[in-house]
Amino acid sequence: MSEESIYESLLRKGVSRRDFLKFCSTSAMILGLSSSTVPKIAEALEKKERPSVVWLHFSECTGDSESVLRASKPSIAQVILDIVSLEYHETIMAPSGHAAEKSLKDIITKKKGKYIAVYEGAVPTADGGVYCFIGGHKAIDICKEVGSGAMANIAVGNCACFGGIPAANPNPTKCVGIKDILGGTVVNLAGCPMNAENFTAVVVHFVTFGTLPALDKHGRPLFAYGKCIHNNCERRPHFDQGQFVRQWGDMGHRLGWCLYEMGCKGPMAYQNCPTIRWNEGTSWPVQAGHPCIACASPNNWDDAYPFYKRMEGVPGVGWQANADKVGLGIAAATAAAVAAHGIIRAATRGKGPSDKEEGH
Amino acid sequence: MRAVEHALGIIIPDNARILRNIINAIQMVHDHVIHFYHLHALDWVDIVSALKADPKKTADLASSISDWPNNASASYFKAVAAKLKAFVDSGQLGIFSNGYWGHPAYKLPPEANLMAVAHYLEALDWQRDFIKAMALIGAKNPHPQTYLVGGMATPVDPNSQNAINAGTIAQLNEYARRAKEFVDKVYIPDLLAVASFYKDWAAIGGGVGNYLSYGEFQKDNNPNTSNVWLPAGFIRGKNLSKIEPVDHKKVTEEVSRAWYKYTGGDSKPLHPWDGETTPNYTGPKTSYKELDTSGNNKYSWTKAIRYDGLPVEVGPLARMVIAYAAGHKEVKDLVGYALNKLGVGPEALFSTLGRTAARGIETKLIADKLPEFIGDLANNIKKGDYRIANTEKWDPATWPAEAKGYGYHEAPRGSLCHWIVIKDKKIANYQMVVPGGINASPRDAKGQLGPDEQALIGTPIAKPDQPIEIIRTIHSFDPCMACGIHLLDAEGKEIVQVKVR
Repeated sequence: MSEESIYESLLRKGVSRRDFLKFCSTSAMILGLSSSTVPKIAEALEKKERPSVVWLHFSECTGDSESVLRASKPSIAQVILDIVSLEYHETIMAPSGHAAEKSLKDIITKKKGKYIAVYEGAVPTADGGVYCFIGGHKAIDICKEVGSGAMANIAVGNCACFGGIPAANPNPTKCVGIKDILGGTVVNLAGCPMNAENFTAVVVHFVTFGTLPALDKHGRPLFAYGKCIHNNCERRPHFDQGQFVRQWGDMGHRLGWCLYEMGCKGPMAYQNCPTIRWNEGTSWPVQAGHPCIACASPNNWDDAYPFYKRMEGVPGVGWQANADKVGLGIAAATAAAVAAHGIIRAATRGKGPSDKEEGH
Repeated sequence: MRAVEHALGIIIPDNARILRNIINAIQMVHDHVIHFYHLHALDWVDIVSALKADPKKTADLASSISDWPNNASASYFKAVAAKLKAFVDSGQLGIFSNGYWGHPAYKLPPEANLMAVAHYLEALDWQRDFIKAMALIGAKNPHPQTYLVGGMATPVDPNSQNAINAGTIAQLNEYARRAKEFVDKVYIPDLLAVASFYKDWAAIGGGVGNYLSYGEFQKDNNPNTSNVWLPAGFIRGKNLSKIEPVDHKKVTEEVSRAWYKYTGGDSKPLHPWDGETTPNYTGPKTSYKELDTSGNNKYSWTKAIRYDGLPVEVGPLARMVIAYAAGHKEVKDLVGYALNKLGVGPEALFSTLGRTAARGIETKLIADKLPEFIGDLANNIKKGDYRIANTEKWDPATWPAEAKGYGYHEAPRGSLCHWIVIKDKKIANYQMVVPGGINASPRDAKGQLGPDEQALIGTPIAKPDQPIEIIRTIHSFDPCMACGIHLLDAEGKEIVQVKVR
């Protein structure tokens, strides 16, 4: 019965045709595909057998596994029972110890070249990689062995993508992301943690089109990381009008004004938080009143730090900034030149929107 | 956060304290339910045996223990059984492959197994829904983004659509109501039903018998206040008649058997303010089958954490034992109810079963309390208090040249404390002593075993190549780790290596 399609498996488990198509539409929406692709997604899921998935843990906190438990469309139960065959996942698999290791060995041997490998956590490389052993094997060796036989490699969370917290300065165990170990194509589902809906969307994309989605220069899928949070933010109008939060709990904070002055890193962050949000669309950091910490950006623990200090050199701060300043700002942001940052800072100081707002 | 607040003498506003209590309560309830159903249940529940269940008899059993609507429905259990059969027949068992199905240590009848499998699936949907309560006031889950030194970042204003308002309170109350319903009608009845088949586990896996809790759910805003709803305390040698007050200075770490080195000698215990974290890996450099734990060899990345020189257990069992001994009314009632229902005495608490039962008891205790915390928030907003953070000390210029602090917290899996030393406006030392590490501590220079290790001594194992009994006890601690644990029999001969998931 291993040839059974995903759709057949759903039918067998009592999922209606209507619900099945609803799920296909949701996937298309998250992937940013037009509704005309829904039949194609449905067709693919009707024909393909459930792909095997191996999920590995290295230097991490299991936050991405927790995140995937919050997946809603489809739910985690649908993902692991209907969409894929999750063969190895240390946190939720039934067996432990030698029995668990057998599960991994079986799949990477029998399904060589046919399984999807998912990685959670960074790989320590210092001193030959001795800082992470799992079942008596080094993370770096497991990563290479599993990665070399996978048909697709997906890194989930910033630790697996770019090293994350374990790789933050001074990075005592010399942690790196999966791409640095494997080379080639690794899909980076960045974030701390990654958003579960983006994970299931990538899996559906792969099952549907037989290819991985288009990636940006950091390996992140464009459908989820193609837009700057600052440009997509529900509080952007307040930025443009110079309405800023100055203090936790002040009037601006209570009214949902822009968090730029509180250190928001939205201008350097690329992710679809403002559109899909978190926990079935309940909220996301900026909506709740906390600045973005650019958790899906490479090295954010160093580069976006201090989290509560205003970013310098953001183009177009305040609606009254003249065209020259805006132009300079764009150049500064693009080149990330320290000198240019200084110019913008000097140019906006003293007559920025913040001063204007205080007069109100 | 609390360590910094303590070091700098920051008093948080009422709203921040209340929001922290609410988030902490949500976290505890959520975490414990997932632990029971998704990380621990399959140690007791045989999925394959569930295939043999009669749906009608399952509904009879389920409706006899709870009036949860699905429990009375034979057609519901029939559908779950059909789903399960189709899954098994597909040959792609995924995460359920290579389980110890059919092991003689599984004692539940097929109907109880089917009921538990059905609730395993229901709990998956429940946890996804309930955690939205945390996202409402904490931005997202996992990793909520609202905690600040000095308070919280989620604004409060009944007249704004961008702040916690009456609508938010109403939603929180609804999530709390649904959580309580699930805990009362699914988790607790399932727990007691499963436990009734495993009463022999009330005499296995007790461990060190020393219990610690820092106390949690603050009633006032002082850093590390002792004015808390769940009490702090230390119990020595299972002696419920005496609760010693907690003194953070009695917490020490030493590294005689851990892969670190101390400048003053590895076997000299250090208080975390004087703590050192210098790696000194002496284990194998390439793949290995087992670690050499003989002699004084180092074998762990966890330091030997001790309280007053003793290994100590932390977690729901420790919290419930301490509250029970302290005469905490709600805890006494709930523990009494569970013991009575199972027909066992208080000594049954000191066991693997006791640990798993205590987690359920605590879940109910907190699910019952959550509406009160939400009420605290509503009442405080009603007073016109919209303060959420105290940032008087955000400017380092306001700091003393030197400051030290610590911050107590009870996390779902146990006692957590951070210690900080600030010098010249910078962090001079920061040590985190976490519950997973306290329970998984290795041996110390005196040869005392850590809590996990001690709890495994004497565990009867039916099939040495399928040591499910060991996994039961380790999982009962809710370990936060994926690492190698090495087990020794009484003679110190290694019998089995277990990877804890």
